[in-house]
Amino acid sequence: MRKQTKKFGDILLTMVVWLATALVVGVFLWLLGDVVVHGLGKLSSDFLLDAPQNAGRDGGIAPILVSTLLILMVALTVTIPLGLATAVYLSEYATGSLARILRMSLNVLAGVPSIVFGLFGNALFCIALGMGFSIWSGGLTLACMMLPLFIVTAEAGLSAVTVEWRSGAAALGLSRAAALWHVLLPAAAPAITAGLMLSIGRALAETAALIFTSGYVDRMPESLSDSGRALSVHIYDLSMNVSGGDAAAYGSALVLIVLLLVINNAAVSLSERFLRVRKTP
Amino acid sequence: MNTEDHRLHNACAYTLGNVEQGEPCCVPVPHIQVQDLAVSYHGKTVLQGVSLDINKGCITALIGPSGCGKTSFLSSLNRLTDLIPGSRVQGSIRIDGEEVSAPRLDVMTLRRKVGMIFQKPNPFPLSIRRNLEMPLREHGVQARSELDGRVERALCDVGLWEEVKDRLDSSALALSGGQQQRLCIARALALEPSILLMDEPCSALDPIASVVVEDLIRSLCNRYTVVIVTHNLAQARRVANYAAFFWMTERVGRLIEFGRCQALFDNPSHELTAAYIAGTSG
Repeated sequence: MRKQTKKFGDILLTMVVWLATALVVGVFLWLLGDVVVHGLGKLSSDFLLDAPQNAGRDGGIAPILVSTLLILMVALTVTIPLGLATAVYLSEYATGSLARILRMSLNVLAGVPSIVFGLFGNALFCIALGMGFSIWSGGLTLACMMLPLFIVTAEAGLSAVTVEWRSGAAALGLSRAAALWHVLLPAAAPAITAGLMLSIGRALAETAALIFTSGYVDRMPESLSDSGRALSVHIYDLSMNVSGGDAAAYGSALVLIVLLLVINNAAVSLSERFLRVRKTP
Repeated sequence: MNTEDHRLHNACAYTLGNVEQGEPCCVPVPHIQVQDLAVSYHGKTVLQGVSLDINKGCITALIGPSGCGKTSFLSSLNRLTDLIPGSRVQGSIRIDGEEVSAPRLDVMTLRRKVGMIFQKPNPFPLSIRRNLEMPLREHGVQARSELDGRVERALCDVGLWEEVKDRLDSSALALSGGQQQRLCIARALALEPSILLMDEPCSALDPIASVVVEDLIRSLCNRYTVVIVTHNLAQARRVANYAAFFWMTERVGRLIEFGRCQALFDNPSHELTAAYIAGTSG
């Protein structure tokens, strides 16, 4: 009798697990399918290379694509060195109350809604630092948002490097810097890349923070001090403010998804290259 | 690979010949002098009152049950205890007459002179060649010819050269456990140390690989001062010239007996040693 109940429980558990998985995959496929079906018709070389016309209903998204990449570039240029250095500090040097305060602030920052970052970025970068609505302001605001996520994942990766490698490096008389550069960072590279991809994903999806900082302007930016419209802002604008802009919105969304995939793949292969046994010159 | 093959390898690969066991192969000149050593972690003493002289060119085995401070003793010799937060080493350790805790002593240089092999093989996630070259470069060896020479010599010394010479640029992590451990020994040897500390170097290996590494350790006798922690009494008996027996009394590890390996095993002077060797305690 008990055996039967146990068996029933097993079947039930298996079913629940499968069902949940199917549901998640289903939602994802539906979303992707919806964007592909509606957006594919819009996709062409003209769409990628032309400027938007008629509030974005017609024409392409070239300036928007450029602005997006520039904003991302500014954000990454700040996030990667600053984030890595902080992660190294946290995992290798930090002790006591300073580390505790730093960790706590990172956790709080990671949970702050993006609209708050937008207002903060607007107040600090656009107004106080006089950068106005610009790619600088947008990228720096995004960097503020990405940093906590990136630092936390990179630190977890560094801390997870086995103690055998650490003591092995020390026992060979390697300096802290050499151990870090030759052993710890390569070993933590997959985790650091994962953190980077999560951060990039968050940055590309960001709308609220950018509306307040890099602005709406859909002209081709001439410098980093120009305002530039990000893809996510463009999609938001097309679907909320422009009647008849749905097709272009779907097309832009498809481009955004493809862009995300391309960047993720590039990040993975870069880290593999970094990790792959480095040959001697 | 069976042992027979390995011996054949060794015949041509070792730069110095194997030293047969039983021969008087080390000199009674103290290389490491330990005086009243005590090690504690966060105020809790784990090892106390250890005094012994470790002779040059000899293999000294540290035996005793787990938790009696053997590894702490070993790590204090190359100051790896510095890495453990809250650790405190008291007493005196002199290597070649120099105090290892002296403020003016450079820890990097000390660790270059005193190599260490760990229980679990720990090659870095780099190629075989870079595992050996990277520490050399960090210690200032830059010339290509010297690097190549040292890498080959070290790999020959551990009998690994023939096995890996065609794949020096492939990952060290692809090697078998026994090969990895020999690579780690080669990595330490490449820095031309005079002392090798080994913390149960065979315990994570399968029996065949363990025999190979054990043969290798025996061949180091006379060329290096080796201090080896082992739980395998038969192994201690096979490889070591001297043996030190540690035991925990009142929750603190102490050195109970130290002497020629043969004498300690055949004719222990302390009853705790006798009981441990006979397998009736520990």
